[in-house]
Amino acid sequence: YPYVTGSSVVAIKYKDGILMAADMGGSYGSTLRYKSVERIKPIGKHSLLGASGEISDFQEILQNLDELILYDNMWDDGNSLGPKELHSYLTRVMYNRRNKFDPLWSSLVLGGVKKGHKYLGMVSMIGLNFEDNHVATGFGNHLARPILRDEWHENLSFEDGVKLLEKCMRVLLYRDRSTVNKLQIAKITEEGVTISQPYSLKTFWGFSAFQNPTQDAEGSW
Amino acid sequence: MANSTVDLPHKGGFSFDLCRRNDMLANKGVQPPSFRKTGTTIVGLIFQDGVILGADTRATEGPIVCDKNCEKIHYMAPNIYCCGAGTAADTEAVTDMVSSQLQLHRYHTGRESRVVTALTLLKKHLFNYQGHVQAALVLGGVDITGPHLHTIYPHGSTDTLPYATMGSGSLAAMAIFESKYREGLTREEGINIVVEAICSGIFNDLGSGSNVDVCVITKGNKEYLRNHLSPNPRTYVNPKGFSFPKKTEILLTKITPLKEKVEVIEGGDAMEE
Repeated sequence: YPYVTGSSVVAIKYKDGILMAADMGGSYGSTLRYKSVERIKPIGKHSLLGASGEISDFQEILQNLDELILYDNMWDDGNSLGPKELHSYLTRVMYNRRNKFDPLWSSLVLGGVKKGHKYLGMVSMIGLNFEDNHVATGFGNHLARPILRDEWHENLSFEDGVKLLEKCMRVLLYRDRSTVNKLQIAKITEEGVTISQPYSLKTFWGFSAFQNPTQDAEGSW
Repeated sequence: MANSTVDLPHKGGFSFDLCRRNDMLANKGVQPPSFRKTGTTIVGLIFQDGVILGADTRATEGPIVCDKNCEKIHYMAPNIYCCGAGTAADTEAVTDMVSSQLQLHRYHTGRESRVVTALTLLKKHLFNYQGHVQAALVLGGVDITGPHLHTIYPHGSTDTLPYATMGSGSLAAMAIFESKYREGLTREEGINIVVEAICSGIFNDLGSGSNVDVCVITKGNKEYLRNHLSPNPRTYVNPKGFSFPKKTEILLTKITPLKEKVEVIEGGDAMEE
């Protein structure tokens, strides 16, 4: 069962590669314990891995992948593990653990670009995997996916992609209790990986109706 | 103690007698019949001049769609409408009951009903039944004090909000609302946002589907746009239409006119007071 959990990860394919966003909160049950957890990490030269769910399982997966990348580098054959291969590896790992009734309680989002080919996929905690143009885990499934389905299109520019991700993260901030207003956006293209500094979103709480909601309606609250 | 059975007459309220029997049956493996829920997306929005309510039109019975085009926006008063999610029977019964109560109240006071009246009546009823009446409602209307929008949860708590969604598709619809709502919307913008939110629920939630109903309430005026948008038309329609093969033959036609005869008895018994 999960103890320290991360909230949701949203990722989209855009013109030059993949954009992934995740907030930086680690909740211990209903307490917001850790407010600077980096839930997106680069793997090898070609991929980004983001995770929601149990953070310790995410860290163990990172160690496993480090070993994998190490062995791959030792071959020194000029070919390195791309996102598709990592995705298969992670699917097998998650599914095997689930078969032994000992799942790694995380949902992973893997994105990367290799030889100009963009790849974005997701593995859930029971080993369900698929590849798509936009993915979201956790609460993002319910809140972000409708927005992405409506507004995603091919050849988003970087600015548009970031705006779209920020829109999704803002809705998640408003409506998911385990999200924090501190998020990182990561970008991966053919050239390499950039993970932005943590920053926060502007939220608007100033609707006049929120100021005094029952001013005309006596007797309600 | 077992023999002294003084049966007090039931004072009203929910009678929990059958719960033990239901538990016993469930232990023996008997599934209770699934009731017709309106797994739903319902939304409400306050705009410049009033309130817009929107709803999808699918009613589900477990995994089956039992009504492709049901009406989820119920009439409460000429200036108040209510969308209902949850068990279809509960939403219908509760809204009908409160609608009649409001009508009586209107006759009694001679004034237009206020939204808070409907709200309090619904709230009291639902709280009384401690959440067993599974009706989640979005109540909206315009009265003398202005436009109002409230959500009512099955256990009886209420919220007063400028925009609200309920039902299984509420998250998908709320995502659209949170990103697109602003103050001072015009009527067209408001209807567009409501339609987008319901469509988001229809296409992203399995419990909602079919068409979009919209109801616009402004001061002194209301418009019930039934099937405002039908984004799910029937793909293959038989162009010839339906024709029933065997027509019933008419063998004999006989018409008997009925004459109303009212006889007035002079000097009959006077009616009892």
